[in-house]
Amino acid sequence: MLARAKDPLSTYAEITWCPGCGNFGLLTALKKVLKGWQEEGALSRLVLVSGIGCHAKIVDYVAVNSFYAIHGRVLPVAWGIKMARPELTVLGHAGDGDAYGEGLAHLIFAAKRNLNLTLVVHNNSVYGLTTGQFTPTSPKGFKGRSTPKGSPETPINPLELMLASGATFVARGYAGRPAHLATLIEAGLRHPGFAFIDVLQPCYTFFNTYDFFNARVKELPPGHDPTDFEAALRWALKWDYSQEAQEIPLGIFYQVSKPLYEDLVRVSPKEPDLEEHIKRLHS
Amino acid sequence: MELNVLFGGRAGDGIRQLGQLWARLLARRGYRVFLYDDYPSLIRGGHNFTVVRASELPVSSHRERVEILVALNSEALERHRWRLEKEGLILGEDLEAGVSVPWKEIVKEERAPAIMRNTAALASLARLLDIPWEELEGHLRRDLPKETELNLKIAHRSYQKTSGGVFRSLPVLSQEPWPTFFGNEALALGAVAAGLKLYVAYPMTPASSILHYLALHGETLGVTTIHPENEIAAILCALGASYAGWPSMVGTSGGGFALMVEALSLAGQAELPIVIIECQRPGPSTGVPTYTMQGDLDFVASAGHGEFPRVVLAPGEAEEAFRLSAWALYLAWKFQIPVLVLSDKQVSESLFTTKLPLDEVPRLEFKAWAGGGEYQRYALAPDGISPLAFPGDPQAVVKVNSYEHDPYGITTEEPELIAQMQEKRFRKLSLLKDLLDAPAWVKAEGEGETALVVWGSTRGPAWEVARALGWRYVQPLVLEPFPERALKAALEGVKKVIVAETNFTGALVRRLKAHGIQVDHQVLKYDGRPFSLEELEGKVRGL
Ligand SMILES: Cc1ncc(C[n+]2csc(CCOP(=O)(O)OP(=O)(O)O)c2C)c(N)n1
Ligand code: SF4
Ligand SMILES: [Mg+2]
Repeated sequence: MLARAKDPLSTYAEITWCPGCGNFGLLTALKKVLKGWQEEGALSRLVLVSGIGCHAKIVDYVAVNSFYAIHGRVLPVAWGIKMARPELTVLGHAGDGDAYGEGLAHLIFAAKRNLNLTLVVHNNSVYGLTTGQFTPTSPKGFKGRSTPKGSPETPINPLELMLASGATFVARGYAGRPAHLATLIEAGLRHPGFAFIDVLQPCYTFFNTYDFFNARVKELPPGHDPTDFEAALRWALKWDYSQEAQEIPLGIFYQVSKPLYEDLVRVSPKEPDLEEHIKRLHS
Repeated sequence: MELNVLFGGRAGDGIRQLGQLWARLLARRGYRVFLYDDYPSLIRGGHNFTVVRASELPVSSHRERVEILVALNSEALERHRWRLEKEGLILGEDLEAGVSVPWKEIVKEERAPAIMRNTAALASLARLLDIPWEELEGHLRRDLPKETELNLKIAHRSYQKTSGGVFRSLPVLSQEPWPTFFGNEALALGAVAAGLKLYVAYPMTPASSILHYLALHGETLGVTTIHPENEIAAILCALGASYAGWPSMVGTSGGGFALMVEALSLAGQAELPIVIIECQRPGPSTGVPTYTMQGDLDFVASAGHGEFPRVVLAPGEAEEAFRLSAWALYLAWKFQIPVLVLSDKQVSESLFTTKLPLDEVPRLEFKAWAGGGEYQRYALAPDGISPLAFPGDPQAVVKVNSYEHDPYGITTEEPELIAQMQEKRFRKLSLLKDLLDAPAWVKAEGEGETALVVWGSTRGPAWEVARALGWRYVQPLVLEPFPERALKAALEGVKKVIVAETNFTGALVRRLKAHGIQVDHQVLKYDGRPFSLEELEGKVRGL
């Protein structure tokens, strides 16, 4: 049996994250969402796609359709699934190395196209699985195994990047607050269009940021208008992913509606009349 | 009865269109035509030429020598005069000898764009070959839907102004006219005939015209066409669709294929059906983008880390392109493997007349999960082919995985499972060999004791040369798995084996030798140009 008898959302796979890993919080949030889908009888319409890294193991742990892809390539795989079967709901799980390094081009284009899918980035600001190198969101000076003297680069701000790229749903969650994170993922899945969620995920072993985040994360004020681009950008710029910050906002920064890529591009399958086509075009 | 015409001019003169209009006109008169297009990698300037060979018999190669030279500038004349047969005709403007027609003046007087000189040239040629005006008008109305009236006006004036009498009469043939296809169009249509639903490609010569064709006609053909951010996205998007149940295909040239290789290996591990069309051009690297070479066979046959079964098919003209791309989709789904179709510029961008065998190609089918019990995407089936279910099925959880996995698709590092899964995947290879190492996959003609063995586009001239010399003609359509038995059978009684291919190191020669087939002579060409009929004949005759 794939699913555990006592916990049918989980598979028999042994969980191999380090004790204390932020991915456990992400898994808790995901399972909360899955439970809702299961109760609605909609679980079989959900597909998870992952990259490669510690984050990606999440798809082995849940008894749900999944495509365990390759490093950096969550989004094009998710895109293809969606083109073939728009009635499916596709949820991508990527690492920060995955989404912001190896596969950055896909991220910008997914936002630009407004692909109808949700991407959750397990952002631990480190390459977990390859044992602790710096990533595009590591703070300047980060001493990783490939940067023993400290990272010479300043981190990118993924929220700012996604706003600039045309994403129609931009959010930030924290693995230390799984209940809140679950609401973000659920909102992302319900959002028609590209939903981007950067999840702050402490890596217990290579970059333990629990204390840093616990002291700083704060939900966006209820008065924030997520359709206001300028306001969204202002909030996104509050924290530049450095180690100096007073406050790190969480929540849905931006959400608007735009035409869906699939509606513009997808051709409904049909049985073509090749004989007629050849007569008209080639004879 | 044969007629060869060369059209030459600058890039931007509409040479290819002119050649194509001419080829279609002759095809409608019952001729079998072949169009070879030689153009540099630029948009304006440089020298372009197109050779159209027309014959009563099927042809898929061009001749070096022509009976008519249509020169849209003086450079065309200088470069190609040597090709002209003794009694040949030169058609152009301001010529010292030959037939001159003031196309530039006509176009100017009609205030038409300069490129419309090509319509004027076509009309002059039609006149010299005794084609009635009404017939030409009919063709132009069909083939030039844009600016039709203006084109007709120019054509008519040029037709009237062309003097010098009839150079030669081209009778309308009584055989059934065949439609015309560029190789890439045939590749596209073959996959459509087998059930293609999605084509994803990033532009790269000489594969781009598949993308253009499917993008333009996708609605009619029921195919979604996507131009993504790069080739990596292209193949992963196609693999996502394939996982969700949509037959998908990607197309590119060597450089783009190089970017797809990591995902090719993913298709091997995750057992996802996919068709990859690789249209070769001369390499290494950017190489010579608009010319031809058969230099990627080893790359395509061995690309991808790790070991996994795959099929490589190589068409040599449009009908084969159609058949093999249909078969590619069929094999990909039947066996849940990547299938590569290796074309090249010479096949992809040449124009052929052929009747596509619409009813003879396979329709996609696959082993579907019958339900009952728990679904296992990688069930250890005796034939290695696990039944397919797709996400969305309420009875099945469908998990595919780039890691080695157990039957459910969950990651594993267990030695027994690793071995079992590798064996399962390779059980498919024995089935593939049974199917593909068979006479149907090796073309063989003639009885001679000398055999000319070729693959891919070298088929065009080689088939005719072998016939003319009374030799045996042998061409494997599948190169991986290599059809050793079928080739040996095709070569039975042969005393001398000659191999011709357009590359430097002899990829087919190497394969034949590795499979215990003796090769007596190899004829290699690696200047980016295909063999012309005369050139190949000259090189092999007397060997
Ligand atoms: C093409 C490719 N390059 C490198 C790797 C090795 N690799 C595996 S995971 C990984 C980094 C993972 O970092 P991230 O995406 O942040 O995931 P995390 O482990 O932190 O969850 C790398 C470089 C790979 N699998 N594929
Ligand atoms: S290395 Fe870090 S991210 Fe990976 S499992 Fe351990 S704690 Fe989690
Ligand atoms: Mg990471």
